[in-house]
Amino acid sequence: MSALPSAVGRTLTQTGEDGSQSAGQSVAEEAFLPTCEEVPCAPNILRPEGEIKLEARSLNMYYGSFQALRNVSMAIPERRITALIGPSGCGKSSFLRCFNRMNDMIDGFRLEGDVLLEGNDIYRRDLDLAYLRKRVGMVFQAPNPFPMSIYDNIAYGPRLHGRPDRSELDQIVEQSLRQAALWDEVKDKLRQSALGLSGGQQQRLCIARVLAVQPEVLLMDEPASALDPTATFHIEELMLQLMEHYTIVIVTHNMYQASRVSQYTGFFLMGELVEFGHTEQIFETPRDKRTDDYIRGRFG
Amino acid sequence: MLRTRQAFDEQLEQLQQRLLQFGTFVEAMVDKAIRALTYQDLNLAREVIAEDDTADHMDVEIEQMCMHLIAQQQPMGSDLRVIGSTMKVIADVERIADYAVDIARIAIALADTEYFKPLVDIPRMAELVRHMLRRGLEALIKRDMDMTREIIEMDDEVDALWRKLRAQLEDIMQERPLVVPQAVYLLLVARYLERIGDHVENIAERVAYVETGQLTNLAPTHRTDYQPESFNGAPGRAIQHDEGKPSGGW
Repeated sequence: MSALPSAVGRTLTQTGEDGSQSAGQSVAEEAFLPTCEEVPCAPNILRPEGEIKLEARSLNMYYGSFQALRNVSMAIPERRITALIGPSGCGKSSFLRCFNRMNDMIDGFRLEGDVLLEGNDIYRRDLDLAYLRKRVGMVFQAPNPFPMSIYDNIAYGPRLHGRPDRSELDQIVEQSLRQAALWDEVKDKLRQSALGLSGGQQQRLCIARVLAVQPEVLLMDEPASALDPTATFHIEELMLQLMEHYTIVIVTHNMYQASRVSQYTGFFLMGELVEFGHTEQIFETPRDKRTDDYIRGRFG
Repeated sequence: MLRTRQAFDEQLEQLQQRLLQFGTFVEAMVDKAIRALTYQDLNLAREVIAEDDTADHMDVEIEQMCMHLIAQQQPMGSDLRVIGSTMKVIADVERIADYAVDIARIAIALADTEYFKPLVDIPRMAELVRHMLRRGLEALIKRDMDMTREIIEMDDEVDALWRKLRAQLEDIMQERPLVVPQAVYLLLVARYLERIGDHVENIAERVAYVETGQLTNLAPTHRTDYQPESFNGAPGRAIQHDEGKPSGGW
C-alpha cells in the first residue's frame, strides 16, 4: 500500500508542496505548515470550537475534467462525530476519502488546496501512506472481513505494522473486539471464519480491525446502510462510545442517522459544502434554503 | 420536475387548515361569550360552555395530527418548526377557549343583575383580541412577520384598555359598595381578555420561529401592569402602571 505514488497529479500550491521544508525529515515526522491561520469561511460554515483534528482548506478536486469538490473548507473537531450528508454524487464520499488519500489511485484524480491532519499536510510527497492510514482508518459500506478467522482478521493490521508477540496480540484482539462491542458474542469462536458472522457482527468486526492498529480518526462511509435496524442501532451506539477516544467522520445517506449520532453536520451539494454547523442547528434551523429543502426531502 | 413528498405537503396543509378552523371556532366562542355578557343572554352563554368540549376535542385532534406527522414523516428543518409550533399554538388557543367559557360563566352569574353602566370597553377589548387571534393564526400560516407587528400594536391597545377599566372599576367599587360583586366579575372579564391578548402574542412569537428559527420575546415589557401588592390595603389607586416589574399574575 505504501508503494503508492504520493501526491498523485497534485497541483502545486503555495504551502502544500514545500519540498525544502520536509526534505531530510523522516517520513513519520510531519512538518508544520507555515500558514495555520483560519481560512476565511462562508457565513454558513461553522468553525467548531475545541481542538481541530482534520482540516480541509479550499479544496478543489477533479476526476479528469469533472470537478467533484468546489472550494471546500471544513474543520473537523477532535473526538466528535461529524456527519457528511447530501444527495448521491454531491462529493461527500470524495471528500471523506481525501482524509486518508483513498482517491489517489483513481484515474485523472487531481487536488488543489490543503488537507491537514493536526495541522500537517497529508498530501506531502514523502508521506508514508501506510502510516497515514494507520492513523486514519476507514470502515466501508459493505462489511468486508478477510476470508480468515475472526482472530486473524483483527491481528492482521498489528502484524503488518509491527512484530507483536503472542500475548500482546491476544491482548490487542480482545481489546479491539471489546471496544467494538463484539467480544462477548465471539470470544468462544475466535478461530472460526469471520465470514460466518452476521452482517452487523461483520461490520463491528471491521471496526475492531481498524481499532486494532490504534488509529486516531475513523472514517466511515455508509457504515450501516447494509444493516438491519437493530444492527444499525448497535453501530450507532458503538460510534457514540468510540467518540470518547476517536475522531469520527461519517458519510451517510440516512440523515436521521446523522441527526442521531453526530454533533456536527455538513451538507454537500454538487461538490459544494453548502452548510456546516452543529447537528441540531442543521436539522432544526438550517440557514441555507438548499439545506432546508434537502433535509425536508423536498429536492425535486 | 418530479415533486417529492407531495402527500406530506398535503398533510401539512391540512394541519394548518385545521389549526385555522380551531382558531375561528374559538374566536367565535369569545364573541358569543362577550355578547352573552353584554346582552345578558343565558342561552348564548350556555352555548359557549357546551362548545368547550368541541374546542378540547379539536385541540386533541390537532395534537394527534402533529404526533402522527412526526412519527410517520420524521419532519426536519422548517417542517419540524411548523409542526412543533403548531403543538405550542394549540395550547394557547385552547386556553383562550377556556377564558371564553369563564366569561360565559360570569355572563350567567350576571344575567339578572342590572349593570351600573352599559358595557363599552369590554366589548371593545373583545373585538381587539378576536381580531388579534385571527391575524395571529393568519400570520403563522402565511409566515408573515409584518403582521405580527400589527398584533403587538393591538395588544398595546388591549393593555391600555385593561388599565383604564381596572382604574374605573376600582373607583366605582369605592364609591358604590353595592355594585362591588358585579364590578369584581367585570374586572375578571377584563383580565381574561387581557390574558387572551398575551396568548395571541405567544402565537405571534411563533411566526418568527417558523420563518427564521429564532425564538424571540416580542414584548418583554408587556406583562408589567398588574401588581397585586398594591391592593394590600393601599388607599385609593396606588398602582404604578408602567413600572417594569413583572406581573404577580393571576
